[in-house]
Amino acid sequence: MTGGQARLRCCDASGCRSVGSGTLLAALNQAREGLGLSPEAVAIQPVGCLRSCGQGPLVAAEAADGTFSLFGTLTPELAAPLLEQVAGPAPRSPSPLEAHWIDPAHPFFALQQSVVLEGCGRINPESMEEARALGTYGQFLRCLQELTPEGVREQVKRSGLRGRGGGGYPTGLKWDTVALQPPGPRFVVCNADEGDPGAFMDRSVLEGDPHRLLEGLAIAAFAVGAQKGYVYVRAEYPLAIERVRLAIRQARRDHLLGEGIAGTSFSLSLEVRVGAGAYVCGEETALLHSIQGQRGTPRTRPPYPAQSGLWGAPTLINNVETLAAVPAILREGGDWFAAMGTERSKGTKVFALSGAVANPGLVEVPMGTTLRTVVETMGGGVPDGSSIKAVQTGGPSGGCIPAALLDTPVDYESLLELGSMMGSGGLVVMGESTSMPGVAQHFMRFSVSESCGKCVPCRAGTVQLLQLLDRFATHQATPADLRQLEHLCQMVKATSLCGLGQAAPNPVLSTLRHFRGEYEAACREPRTCQPATGLRP
Amino acid sequence: MEAVRTERPEGPRIAQIARRQGCRPDALIEVLHQVQELHGYLPKTALMQVARELRLPLSRVQGVATFYHLFRLEPPTPHRCAVCLGTACYVNGGAELARALETRLAVRLDDPAGDGLWTLQPVSCLGACGQAPVLVVDGAMVTRLAVDDPVRLAQQLEQAGLPMAPGGVS
Repeated sequence: MTGGQARLRCCDASGCRSVGSGTLLAALNQAREGLGLSPEAVAIQPVGCLRSCGQGPLVAAEAADGTFSLFGTLTPELAAPLLEQVAGPAPRSPSPLEAHWIDPAHPFFALQQSVVLEGCGRINPESMEEARALGTYGQFLRCLQELTPEGVREQVKRSGLRGRGGGGYPTGLKWDTVALQPPGPRFVVCNADEGDPGAFMDRSVLEGDPHRLLEGLAIAAFAVGAQKGYVYVRAEYPLAIERVRLAIRQARRDHLLGEGIAGTSFSLSLEVRVGAGAYVCGEETALLHSIQGQRGTPRTRPPYPAQSGLWGAPTLINNVETLAAVPAILREGGDWFAAMGTERSKGTKVFALSGAVANPGLVEVPMGTTLRTVVETMGGGVPDGSSIKAVQTGGPSGGCIPAALLDTPVDYESLLELGSMMGSGGLVVMGESTSMPGVAQHFMRFSVSESCGKCVPCRAGTVQLLQLLDRFATHQATPADLRQLEHLCQMVKATSLCGLGQAAPNPVLSTLRHFRGEYEAACREPRTCQPATGLRP
Repeated sequence: MEAVRTERPEGPRIAQIARRQGCRPDALIEVLHQVQELHGYLPKTALMQVARELRLPLSRVQGVATFYHLFRLEPPTPHRCAVCLGTACYVNGGAELARALETRLAVRLDDPAGDGLWTLQPVSCLGACGQAPVLVVDGAMVTRLAVDDPVRLAQQLEQAGLPMAPGGVS
């Protein structure tokens, strides 16, 4: 909100692009010219995600006097009225924009607390100047000039930050483990292989504020003593790949990457590695194999990558959101971050809200916010006003949480207790019409197709589980099938090699736990599957 | 992006791709991406040349090429439709949409050969969850499909350039 200049921030992330933000952006530029307005009078800025993805394409309009409004489901014809809104002598009355106005005071926006997404939607992701104007790379330079690697790690430990990819491992502890390995080369890796269906948090950061991620990764490299780093992005995110590559080139140009950064002895080179469509590569040891140009199969741990990772060297692997939280933690101090959230889960978490929900999109809220606040107050519940049946968290590794438990505060432990998990942050809302055995079948089909085939419990077990679930879908199941299903779930969970297999039964187990009646009702003779009769020999 | 259907080795081009990556074995996946861009798929002769250029056993190159979903070992059909079966699309009728497409195009979901002209592939999440359900026709994304309204759905599919196959049903 620079004095005197009006500004139109137009969402240019994949979600809005898929509904025509590209043509809208072009129409805005054309309309500005048509109205004889200069770029100094009205800035038109392509920005990252503006959160309310279901109402795209979105434009945030700031008039010269600072008045702010948000508009959605825009078409190119509305370009001129938008410009008049912020810079015209008087907006048209009645305004054709009225039906497109989105209330910025709605809880969907009002309850958000942007830490990781601070710059997302504010800056042009392709502009290094705008990123730096917002302070990006300031903390990295401060680390180089004023702090020691130990000092940096201390702040991260104080912050209580835990891995946002799903595991929830304390980030500071991981950094220490890598830093304290015997002398020799080290690597840092950003895991941007966001494969959970229904998750788009990391993509939004990659597309909306790539420099923040690079700064976080550079700080991590400084803290553990690495000189080489990789950003492993899934191939399904072409725009994210393009923007991270551009950001690396820009940072190199400004000598924020390369040899002897900012006159110090610290050097760092970063490289993007693109996946090729394999969900299992989100697992850290599989990801390392893939970076080395091999099949993305996991291996047993220990040794953990922190001890022996890329080419046998200690390797730090962190998820996008984890790294993107680091610059703010250093700027405000670890205690500031730790003051948000719950006892054991600190800070904020970004969620991708989708499914049967009125306001799908991206939300960042403090840890410990209840699911009900996120999906009902912010998300607006099921669009047709019917009630929510369940919320799925954690993707194919997580589970379904029934409506009755929506008051659960979201943190790592509480979700695990309910048989689900935090996962990376996808929240898929399900209405009454969604069949729970059907959901389990849907996820199992995914796990079958994504199992890498290395270990038998996962390769063969998921196929058997799917065949059993198919019997429920076609009402062919018997009481023996139900018992077999539970038994096999436990076995696959206990004996699979990596997280993919170990977590593959979770969608079945959690729906069995909370919606057992639906499995019983899906049997050939429902009566025989119910506990009263079904358990008797 | 019309695929070049040839088994003729594109010798100099592949050598150039490998050289640009420093002929490093760890660049194998990137090299395969670029070779696939060149041919539209990964012909056997190209895999053999990649193995030579990167000094890797052919088994290793073949192993990687077959492991990852995005690498194609057969020439692609001229037209392709990908239907999203991610969770958000699933909840919003993605499976019904896939069935409607199977009948309309008269091809089976996930059949790599399709009918020779069209293939229908499932994908798990295109990241456009806010616009679910979605599909991609020859690279262009089509969003907010009206699964509950057969008439409107047929219009949307027609507009997206999906033909009604001779044996197909709308």
